[in-house]
Amino acid sequence: MCLAVPSKIVSIDSMLMATVDVMGISRTCSLRLVPQARVGDYVLVHAGFAIQLIEEQEAAETLALFHELPGLFEDELGEDLTAEAEQRTA
Amino acid sequence: MQLSDFRDPELTKELLETLRKLCGDRTMNLMEVCGTHTVSIGRYGLRKAVPEGVKLLSGPGCPVCVTSNHDIDTAIAMARVPNVTVATFGDMVRVPGSSTTLGAQRAHGADIRVVYSPLDALEIARKEPQHNVVFIGVGFETTMPVVGASIQMAAEEGLQNYFVLSAHKRTAPALEVIANDPQTRIDGFILPGHVSTITGVEPYRFLAETYGIGGVVTGFEPVDILNGITRLAAMVVQQKPAIENAYSRGVNNNGNLTALATIKDVFEPCDAQWRGLGVIPLSGMRIAEKYRAFDALEAFEPDVEPVRETKGCRCGDVLRGRIAPDACPLFGRACNPENPVGPCMVSSEGSCAAYYRYRDTPL
Repeated sequence: MCLAVPSKIVSIDSMLMATVDVMGISRTCSLRLVPQARVGDYVLVHAGFAIQLIEEQEAAETLALFHELPGLFEDELGEDLTAEAEQRTA
Repeated sequence: MQLSDFRDPELTKELLETLRKLCGDRTMNLMEVCGTHTVSIGRYGLRKAVPEGVKLLSGPGCPVCVTSNHDIDTAIAMARVPNVTVATFGDMVRVPGSSTTLGAQRAHGADIRVVYSPLDALEIARKEPQHNVVFIGVGFETTMPVVGASIQMAAEEGLQNYFVLSAHKRTAPALEVIANDPQTRIDGFILPGHVSTITGVEPYRFLAETYGIGGVVTGFEPVDILNGITRLAAMVVQQKPAIENAYSRGVNNNGNLTALATIKDVFEPCDAQWRGLGVIPLSGMRIAEKYRAFDALEAFEPDVEPVRETKGCRCGDVLRGRIAPDACPLFGRACNPENPVGPCMVSSEGSCAAYYRYRDTPL
């Protein structure tokens, strides 16, 4: 129910209604809750409203964090797994 | 953005291995409190893939499921008011109230329309001025600003035939009830993704500070969820409970300030009855004085039947994490997705429906 779908803004009208592209399908949504959004931005859309801008950069950072995980918990995992992780990122 | 990276089987295996080494033979109870997480965990077979000691419990994460019989009865009563058109999200239609469902009322001639957005309900009100349109506002913080915005728009346009039945619920007060429940020991919460998009992480701080329970805001792909679980496990092992955001691509730590301002403008906290959790002080949101003209309860005072609870249904215990869905005597027998007895089997995001659909899913 709280699902929000990533969508790309194609155009915006004067009433803050946007045409968005959702995996190739064209839909409309309101930008009232994300008024700073611009054409070309990606937004999360929930029940007809954009609720969040999404940054492509952030996705990349999240992934990088996953790779660092073993290193974060060195105390519990011992050095071997940490070394493995370093090898992978090297 | 490559969503497929978050489904990478290698990364998934890696995280499971990390989790296994981290947990050893420890046991811990982790609870997800978002219906979309419940579905993802089922779909990717994660409940069985995690180490044996890590128990993944489903909490009150499905808005339809936690809606009380009284609120469902009230929505049904609205549909019986002459000249009222009820507009609702689809998963409310089949949920049984005390004696009937919205769907059954529709079959008897009530004007009940399934909409994808409150914007659709607004459009019905604009095009059909002869009807009073009542939108059934059910949902957590993700949905509140969306419904709130529709009320602001109706006010700006001077629409006089658009109303909302507000049965919205706040997430944090329910987590506090569960943290206080002597029958359930929770060691960490997998915190909701899109609720947190609106609220940010602040509302959860009390879990770590007052109750010593960690929480991680988590995305919805298998890698996201395993990452959240691993971080929680690390907190348990290190005895350092904290509130973290592991879904920064969808959640700012401060939330969506425009959406929060919309909620504050349109709604005010009130006590609310939850299925399974009872009345929780200030956990509901009613329409504030300024927008009272749009409050369906004020406008129509519908005749609501006395509440009757369904015999044998243990949705309440499921929602508290006291029992797994398949421990309910009705599960898969009297109660299944075709003939649901309780709301947790009706909504596709309900714990029982997700357990039923994915009961044989391997990783």
